[in-house]
Amino acid sequence: MTPAIEISEVHKRFGNLHALRGVDLTVAQGEFFALLGPNGAGKTTLINILAGLSRATQGSSRVMGHDVVDDYRNARRALGVVPQELVYDAFFSVREMLRFQSGYFGLCKNDAWIDELLHNLGLTDKADTPTRLLSGGMKRRVLIAQALVHKPPVIVLDEPTAGVDVALRQNLWGFIRRLNRDGHTIVLTTHYLEEAETLCSRIAMLKQGQVIALDTTHNLLSAHAAIQVRLKLDPNRLPDALRPLLVAEEAGCFRLVLEDYSRLEKVLATLREANVSVDELEVSKPDLEEVFLQIMGKEVAR
Amino acid sequence: MIGLWTLLYKELLRFWKVGMQTILSPLVTTLLYLLIFSHVMAAHVQVYPGVGYTAFLIPGLVMMAMLQNAFANSSSSLIQSKMSGNIVFLLLPPLAYWQFFTAYVAAAIVRGLVVGLGVGLAGLWFTPVALAHPLWMVAFALAGCAMLGTLGIITALWADSYDQMATVQNFIILPLTFLSGVFYSIHSLPAFWQALSRYNPFFYLIDGFRYGFFGVSDVSPDLGLLIVGTCFLALSLATLALLKSGYKLRN
Ligand SMILES: Nc1ncnc2c1ncn2[C@@H]1O[C@H](COP(=O)(O)OP(=O)(O)OP(=O)(O)O)[C@@H](O)[C@H]1O
Ligand SMILES: [Mg+2]
Repeated sequence: MTPAIEISEVHKRFGNLHALRGVDLTVAQGEFFALLGPNGAGKTTLINILAGLSRATQGSSRVMGHDVVDDYRNARRALGVVPQELVYDAFFSVREMLRFQSGYFGLCKNDAWIDELLHNLGLTDKADTPTRLLSGGMKRRVLIAQALVHKPPVIVLDEPTAGVDVALRQNLWGFIRRLNRDGHTIVLTTHYLEEAETLCSRIAMLKQGQVIALDTTHNLLSAHAAIQVRLKLDPNRLPDALRPLLVAEEAGCFRLVLEDYSRLEKVLATLREANVSVDELEVSKPDLEEVFLQIMGKEVAR
Repeated sequence: MIGLWTLLYKELLRFWKVGMQTILSPLVTTLLYLLIFSHVMAAHVQVYPGVGYTAFLIPGLVMMAMLQNAFANSSSSLIQSKMSGNIVFLLLPPLAYWQFFTAYVAAAIVRGLVVGLGVGLAGLWFTPVALAHPLWMVAFALAGCAMLGTLGIITALWADSYDQMATVQNFIILPLTFLSGVFYSIHSLPAFWQALSRYNPFFYLIDGFRYGFFGVSDVSPDLGLLIVGTCFLALSLATLALLKSGYKLRN
């Protein structure tokens, strides 16, 4: 099956700045994919190249098999992009904007789908409001609706939940999930890593224009599955043998990091030998945020 | 084709929604020119035999209003979209660059014609004006609006700020329209300025347009239309090339 997105050896330079340094990425149809990375990593730049908003200095990209430069019309038909910047057209109402956007994609009788979009994004009662009068979160929802007017098989959302309230965030993800179940490929960027962890089946991490991690969410989490143990000890003294495991000391507690659960037994044995008893013990699995920081941190050290 | 129509419709709706600014205000400004100049000059000047100065002035002012408004329409719409970032709504869909071009130019033509028609009708209230060759008149009106609409696109593509935009409008477009024979026939100018005027394409627009009314002109209308048509063609090709290359739009 044609991949939904194929990015090969893409470089982008802005003058001296080498914003993308040879990115290779393939997203299969039907995936729910996250593109993560710190500010300035190049996520938006990559999305812009995919959407034809910007041209790669080198390399090529395809959406549903269509080259984004040579076959731009088919590539763009297959793609819906929610831009990161909150843009709107002050002259027009929400419904007008959605009708225009449908028209640009060659659709003229699209009102049924527009109504459904408005409903799903909680915009029904704002349909005739000029977009400039909407709140920031509502403008973001209009952008999402605009990206979906032509029911694109591939949907790219650049920080769709920034500035969107909690209740709508849940609604929004419910809606996007349904689109994914209906076969749409979803790619998103977000700085809320718990969102990426619960929603996405695969994750790419980008740093300074390079992909430094690319795997399923499950593998990323288990490969970095160091578990953390918080201990309250009596007496409040950590045996020297356990010092290398210590990552933090806080409020009379020691925080140790262990490679896996089997190490826990050893820790307890060492404590028993040293005649230290355990008052409190709390074990936590790492979440994506920690994995993210570990991966980003490791690269810094290198 | 639906894409092209939608963009044209959007562009028309855009200036229609702010009609006070885009239609009424240029109409009033132009009529003020007519009022003042015809009052001051009418007794002193007769440019063409048998044509009163006010009657001579009206086609010039109509063309000037059309040129300025056609330019203003495509340039202000495009620069606003660029500055506010909502140009992405046009860059993300599969609109071809020639569709983009056609819609902007067509909207500029419509705005130019609407304002021009307004000025012309209001002018009739001052003095009756002949209409010797309506087809020539229409041809030059269309060519003028199309040419300035195209210039508006180029300028807005190039400009990085409203300031740069205004600079082109005030220091290039405005002087060229004023100095193209709206208020006088170039035969009344000293030889040097007369020769220079012949390098101003706007001169041929106004001269040819006037021919449509009075059947008299400084340059033969065939030559005028040829020159104007060539200019428009060259500008269009340049604009299409810029749009195709993504100049300043798809950085
Ligand atoms: N048009 C441009 N001209 C010059 N530099 C640019 C341009 N666009 C982006 N950059 C630079 O390219 C780098 C990558 O930017 P990009 O917007 O892709 O980051 P990002 O990963 O989307 O970050 P964020 O999480 O903040 O959105 C940054 O250093 C940015 O300053
Ligand atoms: Mg970004």
